[in-house]
Amino acid sequence: MKREININVNGTQHKHAVEPRLLLVHYLRDVLGLTGTHVGCETSLCGACTVNVDGRAVKSCTMFAVQADGASVTTIEGMARDGALHPVQQGFWECHGLQCGYCTPGMIMTAAQLLERNPKPTHEEIRHGLEGNLCRCTGYQHIVEAVAYAAKKQ
Amino acid sequence: MIPAQFDYVVPASLAEAAALLAERPDEAKILAGGHSLIPAMKLRLAQPQLLIDISRLKDLAYIREEGGQLRIGAMTTHYALESSARLREICPLLPACAATIGDVQVRNCGTIGGSLAHADPAADWPAAILALDAELVATSANGERTIRATDFFVDMLTTALEPGEILREIRVPLAQARAQQAYLKLPHPASGFAVVGVAVNLTQQNNTCASIAVGLTSVAAKAFRAGGVEQALVGRALDEQTIAAAAAHATDSVELNEDLFASADYRRHLAQVYTRRAITAAAG
Amino acid sequence: MSPKYVGQRVKRTEDPRLIKGLAHYVDDVRLPDTLHVAFVRSVYAHARLVNVDASEARKAPGVVAVYTGRDVAERVGPVPCAGNLPDLKVPDHRVLAQDKVYFVGHPIAAVVATDSYAARDAVDLVVVDYDELPVVVDALAAAEGGGTMIHEQFGSNVAYKLTAGEGDIEAALAGADHVIRQRIVNQRLAPVAMEPRGVLARYYPGEEELTVWSSTQIPHLLRTQLALMIGIPENKLRVITPEVGGGFGSKLNVYAEEALLGWISMQLGKPAKWIETRRENMQATIHGRDQNGEIEIGCQHDGTLTGLRYNVVADLGAYHQLLTPAIPTLTGLMLSGCYKIPAIQINVTGVFTNKMATDAYRGAGRPEATYVVERALDLVAAELGLDPVEVRRRNFPKPDEFPFKTATGLFYDSGDYEAALDKALANADYTKLRAEQKQARAQGRLIGIGVSTYVEICALGPSQAMPAGGWESATVRIEPTGKVTVLTGASPHGQGQETSFAQLAADELGVDLNDVTVIHGDTSIVQYGIGTFGSRATAVGGTAVYIAIEKLKEKASKIAAHLLGTDAASVFFADGKFTRAGERKSAAAAAGADPGEVPPPILPAGQDPAGALPEPDADGKRVTLQDVALAAHLAKDLPPDMEPGLSATYFFEPKNFTFPFGTHICVVELDRETGDIKFLRYVAVDDCGKVINPLLVEGQVHGGIVQALGQALYETVVYDEQGQLITGTLMDYAVPRAHMLPWFELDRTETPSPVNPLGVKGVGEAGTIGATPAIVSAVVDALAPFGVRHLDMPIKPEMVWRIVNA
Repeated sequence: MKREININVNGTQHKHAVEPRLLLVHYLRDVLGLTGTHVGCETSLCGACTVNVDGRAVKSCTMFAVQADGASVTTIEGMARDGALHPVQQGFWECHGLQCGYCTPGMIMTAAQLLERNPKPTHEEIRHGLEGNLCRCTGYQHIVEAVAYAAKKQ
Repeated sequence: MIPAQFDYVVPASLAEAAALLAERPDEAKILAGGHSLIPAMKLRLAQPQLLIDISRLKDLAYIREEGGQLRIGAMTTHYALESSARLREICPLLPACAATIGDVQVRNCGTIGGSLAHADPAADWPAAILALDAELVATSANGERTIRATDFFVDMLTTALEPGEILREIRVPLAQARAQQAYLKLPHPASGFAVVGVAVNLTQQNNTCASIAVGLTSVAAKAFRAGGVEQALVGRALDEQTIAAAAAHATDSVELNEDLFASADYRRHLAQVYTRRAITAAAG
Repeated sequence: MSPKYVGQRVKRTEDPRLIKGLAHYVDDVRLPDTLHVAFVRSVYAHARLVNVDASEARKAPGVVAVYTGRDVAERVGPVPCAGNLPDLKVPDHRVLAQDKVYFVGHPIAAVVATDSYAARDAVDLVVVDYDELPVVVDALAAAEGGGTMIHEQFGSNVAYKLTAGEGDIEAALAGADHVIRQRIVNQRLAPVAMEPRGVLARYYPGEEELTVWSSTQIPHLLRTQLALMIGIPENKLRVITPEVGGGFGSKLNVYAEEALLGWISMQLGKPAKWIETRRENMQATIHGRDQNGEIEIGCQHDGTLTGLRYNVVADLGAYHQLLTPAIPTLTGLMLSGCYKIPAIQINVTGVFTNKMATDAYRGAGRPEATYVVERALDLVAAELGLDPVEVRRRNFPKPDEFPFKTATGLFYDSGDYEAALDKALANADYTKLRAEQKQARAQGRLIGIGVSTYVEICALGPSQAMPAGGWESATVRIEPTGKVTVLTGASPHGQGQETSFAQLAADELGVDLNDVTVIHGDTSIVQYGIGTFGSRATAVGGTAVYIAIEKLKEKASKIAAHLLGTDAASVFFADGKFTRAGERKSAAAAAGADPGEVPPPILPAGQDPAGALPEPDADGKRVTLQDVALAAHLAKDLPPDMEPGLSATYFFEPKNFTFPFGTHICVVELDRETGDIKFLRYVAVDDCGKVINPLLVEGQVHGGIVQALGQALYETVVYDEQGQLITGTLMDYAVPRAHMLPWFELDRTETPSPVNPLGVKGVGEAGTIGATPAIVSAVVDALAPFGVRHLDMPIKPEMVWRIVNA
C-alpha cells in the first residue's frame, strides 16, 4: 500500500505517494528525476548514492523513501549555490579528483560532511573519512588533494 | 537491489511498536537504522511482510547517566556514540568501538540497538557490550525484562530476544574506579566488518589488575567473553609477559570462524595478538 | 611558438557536468513508456535445463513479456568472438541459455515489465528446473583432458593450443649456466567499473530504426555486431554511449544483454532498459587474468638472460566473449619485457571452465607478461645473489638499439630504460633504502623493497595485428562562427580526451580551449571509429585529430590566400591568423616572439556571420581562421573549384605499436605477528612519451597502480568446487579504498615515440602493468630472510604470518 511522503529536496518541497519499499535513491532518481545520485553496488558499500539527509551523509540506497518523510535532503544537484560551485566541487575540478565521474557525486557529498565535522583534516583523516566511498579510476590521491584544497578554500 | 514488497508502519510509541510486533511476530521486523536489514532485503535474503519503523521514536535516542549506570537508547546512532565528548571521558570504549564501525554514512544511520539485536557475528558492538558487562532492556507487549550481555548473544544472528521483544536500552554500569578501556579491530578489506575485534575494560589498583573484562567478536559464531584471559590477569600486575600469557587463552574452548580471509588457525592467532595488544593499550 | 595548452595541467572541460550531477549515464537517460528488463540467471554452474516455466511470471502485475532461450533461439544471433586463432573451438554462444547453463549468472530468461520493481518481482516467479551436471572449475585439470565436457561437441575442454616465440629455446635453456623454474599464477579478477553495465534500446517502427544506448567502450564496433546479431541494417542502427562510468576493458565487448534489449524493443515497440546490478556485474561481466603457468628462465653466471619459456593454462570460462582467446596472445607478445632475451617461447592452453568468460581487463595480457618477466628477473637475482636492479640493468637494450627487436616479433619504438630506472632509484634513494633495510633486518624488522622495470605495448594498433581494425578516426570542423568541433572515433570514458583533444586542437588552430568541443560516442554523429582501449585513444585517436587539423589547415590556407590575394605557399598561419608571407616577421612578433611590439590591430570577425563576406583587415595582409571559416561556408568568394565548407576527416593507421616503460619501486614493512602489510614508500617513474596533459597522466598512473595493488594484495574472484561464485558482492571482493593506500611519488622521463607525429605513447594501463610486480617483489623481499623467493597473489596477511611463524 502506498504512503504519502513529504520531502524537501534541494530546497523544494515534494509530496508523493510511494510504495514503502521504494529506496530513497530510486525516489530521487526515478520520481524526482535527480539522476546525479548514482547506484554502484547492492550492499551499501560503494557510497555512490550518498546524499545528505537532515545534515547527515547517508547512503540513499540504504534508506526507504518513507523513512525520509519530513526530511530535508540535499543531493549533488543542490550543492552549487547561485551558480557558484561548492568548495568541494571546486576542489574536485581543480585537482582532477575524478575520471569517469560515476563515484564523484557520492564522494563530494561525503567529503562535504567530512569538512563540516573536521574543517582542517589531515590527509590521513581524509582517507578515513572516505572509507565508505569506492572509486575505481583515480587511485584516490587526487581526491585526497581535492578535499584538502576545499578545506583550504572554505 | 530491489526489496520485496512489505507494509510499513511508524508507531507513535514503543508500546505501540511492541503491540504491532506481538500481532505478527513471524512476519514483522523492527526497522531501526536499517543498515543490516535493508541490505539483506535488497538481496532478498530477508523478506519481512511488515516493517515497524522505530527509528523515528526520538525518545529512544539518548545517552544519559542515571542510577550509577550509563543508559543508552537503542536508537542512538553509532555516530552519536562516536562523537560524544562525555562518553570519551566516562566510557571511552563506546566511542572507540563506534568509530570503527563501517564508514561515516553507516555510522550516521546505524544504531547500537539495531546492531545488537541483529547480532551479526562480525559486528563490533557485541564485543564492547560484553566487555562493559552491560544489561540490555527488552520491551514487549507483556512488559519489560533485563538481559545480561553475557546471556544476550545466543548464536549467529540469534539473540536472547523473544519473538515480540524489542531492545529498548543498553545499560552500562559506571565503574567506581576509572576504567581503562580499548577496542582494537582488524577490518576485513572488503566489508569493513571485523575479522577480529577485541574490547577490553579493566581497572587497576596498586599496580595490579583489579578487574578486567575482555569481549571478542568475529572470532566465533557469536561474540563472547574471554574468561580464561580475564582469570589469568585479575590480581596480577599487567606486565608484558603476564598479558601475553593471558592473551594466549583468548579462544579457549571456542569453535573458530573460517573464511576466505582468515583460516581458523590464523584467526585464533589474531585473536590472541589483538587481545594482547588491546589489553596493553588499555592498561597503558 | 610554444604551445599554449599542450603540455599544461589543464583542468578538464568534462568536469563541470560531472561534479554538478548533471551528466547522463545510461540509467540517467529517460524516455517515456520505457519497459524495464530483469534477468533470470542460473544459480548453478553447470546444469541441463529441464524446464523453464514462465507462466506465473507472465501473469504478474506489470509484466509485459517473458522471453526464454527458446523464444529467442534462432532470432538473435550468437554473441561474437573476434579472436581468430588456428583451430579455435568456438561454442555457439546464444544470448539466452538453450539446453544447458554453463556458469552461475548465465542468463536464462528476460522478464519485461512496466517498471523495474515489477520486473524484479517477476524474476522470482519464473520456475527453472535444473538437472545438475558435474562441474569443471579446475583449469589445470581441464587442460589435462578427460572428465566432464562442458561443450560436448568438442570432445575436450581445451579451446585451443598455441605456441609462439622466436629463437631456439631448447638450446638457450640447455646452454644456460642456470635455469630457474617457477609456477606463477595471475589470479582471476573482476574489473568492477563503478557504473555497472546498462542498456537502453528504442525502436522507431515508422523509421524502422533502432537506437541503443549502451555503457560501452566501442560504440561503432558494437553497432556492427549488434546489427548482425539482431538482423537490422547497420545504417538503421544507432549506438550512443552517453557518459560511461568506467570500463577497464569490461565494456570492450559485445554482450548478450545488449543484443537482447535491442531485440526486445523491436518486439514490443517501446523503449526497453536494463541496468546491471552489482551481483550481475560480478557474475556476468567479463573477468580478467586467470593464467596459471610455469616459467623457465635461463641465465649466465653474470645475469645475462639466455631464454624464457612460459607454459600457461588460461582459464577462459565457459564461453568466448569478444577477445577471450586473444588475451593470452598479448601475454606472449610481451614476454621479453624490457630485456634482451634471445629466445622466448610461450605455450598456451586455453581451457573452458564453468565460469564467466575472461577477457580484457586493464592491461589485458600485458600485466600477466610483465608479472611473469619481472618475477623471473627477481628469481635470477636471488639465484645469483645479485641486486635485482643490477640484473635488470645488465639486460636492458641501450637507447641506440631502438627500434629494438624482441624474440616475440615486436619492434619496440623507442626507450631509455636506464634513464627511468636511474631517476626512480634517485627519487627513492635506493642505496639508502637498502642500507636502512639492512639495519631494520638486524633489528628483526621485515622491510622489503620491490623494483619493477616494465615496458608495455600501447596504441593498439596496426590493423594487421588487430581483429577489427586498429586505426582511429577524427573529423575536425570549423563552424561558420569559428567554433571548432572535433569528432573522434575514440570513445573516452573517464580518460579525459574531451580536454586533451581540445588542447591539441586549440593549440594547432590558435583558438581558445573553450571554443573547441569534442564529440564522441554517437554512431550517427561521429564517423566510424574503433574505440577506447589498449591505451590507444591519444596515440592513435589523438594523432587522427592532429592530422585532420593539418589537412584542414591546408584547405584553410588556400582560402586565406585567396582572400589575401596571394597563393597558399605565401601564407603563414600562427595564433589563429593567416598572414601574407611578406608579413611573416611581424606575425611572428604578434605571436609573442617580441613582447615589446604591439600586434597590429585586427578587425573583429564573425560579429555578423549572416552579413557580408568577412573583410580582410585594412591593409589586406591577414585574415583570421574565423574569417576563413565564414568564407568557406558562405562560399561566395572561394578559389576556383574549391569545395565549400571547412572540415577534414582523417583515419590514422599506426605503423607500429608504442612501447611506454618505466620503473616502479615499492617499500613495505610487514608486521611479524599479524602478517599485516604496510606501505612505506611508493615511487614511480613512467615514460609515456610526450605528454599533452600531465594532470591526466598522473590520474591514469594513480588509478592504474591501485588496480595493480588490488591484484597484488586484495582482489581475487573465487569460485568454489561447485562453481558457485564466493566473491559475488563487494562484501567479499575487496576493491581498494582510500585508507589502504600509500602516497604515490610520481615522476616521468620523456622519450618521444617515433610512431606518431605527437610523440605520445599512451598511459592508461601503465600503472596496472608496472606496479603489480613491484608490490609483490617488495613483500617477497621482506620475507627473503625466510628463504622466500615467490608468493602467489593476492598476498594476504595470513600467508605472511604462516611464513614468518613456520
